[in-house]
Amino acid sequence: MNNNLLFDFNVDKAAKMVYITREFNASQSLVWDAFTRAELLDQWVAPAPMRAKTRYMNFEVGGRRVYAMISPDGQERWAVQEYTSITPKTNFKMYNTFADKDENRELPGSEWDHHFSEQNGITKVHITIFNESFERMERILEGFKIGFAMSIQNLEALLASLS
Amino acid sequence: MYSLRRRYLANFSVVDPQKIIANKLAQPKSCTYIRNSKVAYSNKMKQDIFQAIADPTRRAILALIAIQALTPNAMAEKFDMSRQAVSKHIKVLHECDLIKPEHSGREIYYHFNAKKMQEFDHWLAQFRQSWETRFNQLDQLLTTIKDQK
Repeated sequence: MNNNLLFDFNVDKAAKMVYITREFNASQSLVWDAFTRAELLDQWVAPAPMRAKTRYMNFEVGGRRVYAMISPDGQERWAVQEYTSITPKTNFKMYNTFADKDENRELPGSEWDHHFSEQNGITKVHITIFNESFERMERILEGFKIGFAMSIQNLEALLASLS
Repeated sequence: MYSLRRRYLANFSVVDPQKIIANKLAQPKSCTYIRNSKVAYSNKMKQDIFQAIADPTRRAILALIAIQALTPNAMAEKFDMSRQAVSKHIKVLHECDLIKPEHSGREIYYHFNAKKMQEFDHWLAQFRQSWETRFNQLDQLLTTIKDQK
């Protein structure tokens, strides 16, 4: 499906930066929507088996998206994204922090910059993420690993019950 | 051991290490790598695996000796580099335990330490994988929306 689409993933540990570039086989306005509308974001932004649930999202400068990543065992990890800059269809920046379910933010966070461009029907998205601490980057990973380990356990249980 | 080495290579999308050498480390279309150019040189950092892999030449050296242990002279020849330049890279790779020397008569052969590579591999592969999963989900979503229109 995406064999010829570019995917670059770079980590600059010293600068605490992550650089991601990905192409999508869709128009720029559609990809923009997928990154900026809650009902679409919730459908892809959590790496399976995690899922995402947005409580509310005001996509405007100074506005917020409050959402949870939910692990297969139902644990909710809340986060708050605050939009710091928006140039429709081409760029938006936000500040992302973990939070509790009452939106109390837990610093430090990370600064995200998204840039969109289209050529011949293929949309390229550049994402840069500046993490205020490297430990935080590792913590994000840890959360993912837990979710993944759980899905494996579920699968094993399912296979056991089928055999 | 073999599968481990292959996994390392796959992580950098390097199918044929000879190819990298051939086109002098041109970056593949899809790649995962670490840049660490702004790191201050300190004793602590010398041990850092991220630092070692920061350099494209060192990544290519690793890819090469993952297949076959080599002497510094053989490396210099393959990369068309000076012996001094190769020695510098070997020093960094050795200090963070990514390669292991083995004496054979008067020659020193450097081997790839797959175990050490796995530490790094594990961290990065999962990080990258989580993004790959997301983006594949987005691919599917975009296809679904386009079909509906």
